[in-house]
Amino acid sequence: MKRFARLFTEIDQTTKTTVKTKALADYFTQAPEADKLWCIALFSGRRPKRAVTTTNLREWAAERAGIPLWLLEESYPIVGDLAETIALVLPPPAQASDHSLSHWINALRGLHDVSLDERKPRILNAWDQLDTTERFLFNKLITGGFRIGVSRKLMTRALAQATGQDEAVLAHKLMGGWTPETTSYHALIEAEDPAADQSRPYPFYLAYQLDEAPVTLGAPEDWQAEWKWDGIRGQLILREQAHHVWSRGEELMTDRFPEFARAADFLPPGTVLDGEIVAWEGTQPMPFSALQPRIGRKTVPKKLLREAPVILLAYDLLEENGADLRDVPLSTRRARLDALLADLPSDAPVRASPVVPFADWYALAVTRAKARDFRAEGLMLKRRDSPYLSGRKKGDWWKWKLDPLTVDAVMIYAQQGHGRRANLFTDFTFAVWQGNELVPFTKAYSGLTDKEFDAITAWVRKNTQQRFGPVRQVRPEHVFEIAFEGIQPSPRHKSGLALRFPRMSRWRHDKTPQDANTLDDLRALLAAYG
Amino acid sequence: MSQPVLTFTDRGIYCPAGDFHIDPWRPVDRALITHGHADHARPGHAAYLATDGALPVIRHRLGEIAAEGIAYGEARQIGGARVSFHPAGHLPGSAQIRVEVDGQVWVVSGDYKVVDDGLSEPFEPVPCHAFISECTFGLPVFTWPSQKDVAAEINAWWAANAAEGRTSMLGAYSLGKAQRLMSMLEPQGPILTHGAVEATNAVLRAQGYPLPETIQVTPDTDVKALKGALVIAPPSTLGSTWARKFGPASTGFASGWMRLRGIRRRRGMDRGFVISDHADWPGLQEVIKSTGAESIYVTHGYTEIFSRWLNQQGYDAAIIPTEFGGEDDAEGGTAS
Repeated sequence: MKRFARLFTEIDQTTKTTVKTKALADYFTQAPEADKLWCIALFSGRRPKRAVTTTNLREWAAERAGIPLWLLEESYPIVGDLAETIALVLPPPAQASDHSLSHWINALRGLHDVSLDERKPRILNAWDQLDTTERFLFNKLITGGFRIGVSRKLMTRALAQATGQDEAVLAHKLMGGWTPETTSYHALIEAEDPAADQSRPYPFYLAYQLDEAPVTLGAPEDWQAEWKWDGIRGQLILREQAHHVWSRGEELMTDRFPEFARAADFLPPGTVLDGEIVAWEGTQPMPFSALQPRIGRKTVPKKLLREAPVILLAYDLLEENGADLRDVPLSTRRARLDALLADLPSDAPVRASPVVPFADWYALAVTRAKARDFRAEGLMLKRRDSPYLSGRKKGDWWKWKLDPLTVDAVMIYAQQGHGRRANLFTDFTFAVWQGNELVPFTKAYSGLTDKEFDAITAWVRKNTQQRFGPVRQVRPEHVFEIAFEGIQPSPRHKSGLALRFPRMSRWRHDKTPQDANTLDDLRALLAAYG
Repeated sequence: MSQPVLTFTDRGIYCPAGDFHIDPWRPVDRALITHGHADHARPGHAAYLATDGALPVIRHRLGEIAAEGIAYGEARQIGGARVSFHPAGHLPGSAQIRVEVDGQVWVVSGDYKVVDDGLSEPFEPVPCHAFISECTFGLPVFTWPSQKDVAAEINAWWAANAAEGRTSMLGAYSLGKAQRLMSMLEPQGPILTHGAVEATNAVLRAQGYPLPETIQVTPDTDVKALKGALVIAPPSTLGSTWARKFGPASTGFASGWMRLRGIRRRRGMDRGFVISDHADWPGLQEVIKSTGAESIYVTHGYTEIFSRWLNQQGYDAAIIPTEFGGEDDAEGGTAS
């Protein structure tokens, strides 16, 4: 664990990507194979299955530290991270040890085989052998969310440096459903057969937001336009009589969307499609709110399948007859995609997402303005001669979204953030008027600059009217413009509606609370766009 | 029951029997001052009383004031109150103030730390009936590593920077922390100071406090010629244009807040060193116990949490409302 803790400290002490990459590459060169594999797993969003609840952890830590539970609970929001809070309150280790990262992970996995009574002494014993940094990491293994300033991309680059392999090839090897329990470092990284895992998806190519006018992209004839759908980005894989559906977050969603089982009736094995999963009614997508109930469910009740059937609106063909097409230009991939999907019956779970024709950028801007009529969020612009790259790379794919919807709202509650934002008020609740009453309708956390967060934090501290645990009611004085991508009915909320991707787009110093919008204004937006 | 020895007013802590205030935040006739930090020694009072050790800095900061010095331990009668000043260990010259009225003893801690930093007069516990304690770091997550360990950590950072041709830029409050750091480190190169730090150095040197040799950075200083330097400057200057003239540099910040990773990262410095002139959690417990006081008034820090804890420990604890800052200002204020 000392080696891993040293790696963490080196990464944590710098903001420079080159230094982080070097530290990781050194780790990949020196660490034992089992540790390397877990390191790759942790930085690609995999972690050991949770064996202990955070409630247990809090109780045991408070007991071990000799403090009441409430004191630990009060410290947590100030520290901003539970794993760290626990690491900090515990007494110094009684006996130092230097077991490996995988030793401790195996210890955690072993907890599943023993009773709850037996888990506690094992955790206490671990804490007693680890110093503060090692404990923090150990606790992070349990509480999850291993975000310590290392992206998957950075980790992949470091691994490429350490192994001499191509970064894109490695990125592909790291995709899919592997865990350190099901593979080895050798099989995953060093073995030559990348087709070993038939379910393995390709790394998704991600678009950048287009902030300038599209005319800056050059000649319109070099570009292809498509609707930007508001669904779930997904990859549909048909190989050897089986099908797999992957989300962009590399979650296997095959069971969640049983509709795609029928894709194999229409499409040959050795086919991989990239597209957007949407709920579909006849000729167009349903609003995102129809798809939402299906996202969280691993098994889908029949009623929901009937009410919100999904299809894939495919816009790219990554593999055809088992051949990787990613280096072929988009125009060719698109032609083959259209040919492949041309004769599909209308009840097939896959359709081609249409290309939106346009003569010039102005005409396209006019079309884009109508995106909401097509249940789209805007347009995608893709360079016709571009290969299918991996990850977020600038230049070939752009999302050109509609301007968000906005309302002016009054801040009424504030709460401190977590992690880097601990001790800063960053989480706010906003309200609009209904008669003389302010009705809360959304929360928002982002959109302000660090300076603005500092300013609002100082203000919240001086203008707190009441505290409800961590939540502070503040004087209704500040108006913010809230931008959002969509609006939908929601019986669970007092306002009767819910926003999609709300954020603070501007602090309206020029407005008083009386100038804020009303609930009726929001209802009008709901009627128009919900 | 007679009148309490000290009361809490909108100007600060007040002694009715002696008609004086302690560290008041609005102008008063007679102010007893624990130490020279800006939130304790404010301008505008008609008369000041502080330790002989603290007074030069207070005069330096506040200019022309009517002030009188007093030795540690020296008793003085002010009206019906008998007062004396005792080392608080916070910074050179800092004091706790003991106030005795009719056999009742109250002590105002000011800011304090328990460990001996080698420069400040070490903290002395003062037995009392009621103790007014700061609790800037009154949470169990705050425990300090030893000064020796932190010094070794900073020395290693400084040496590594020097070896790679980088200047080491260390952010520290200009009164107290800056001098503590320069006197505890093992020089790996020249020590350069910002003007605000050097001005304080001059005052303390004149008083006889032993500080190492330092070079004040002026517009004429050829900083590039000073290889392997450590620059000690107020934290606010590290991101400014002033800091840019030092070329390739690694930045560090020395503060108790660096114990928390989130705050460390938000500061945006390369390194955070956990070193504070305030008591940590065990230090607060130890001091409060050693005073023998039954009544504890808490101020300056996580007061709600800390007073609740003390009440559970069997003390009679209450919060003093202050304009020093309180819980929420803690990180943004001068406390470090």
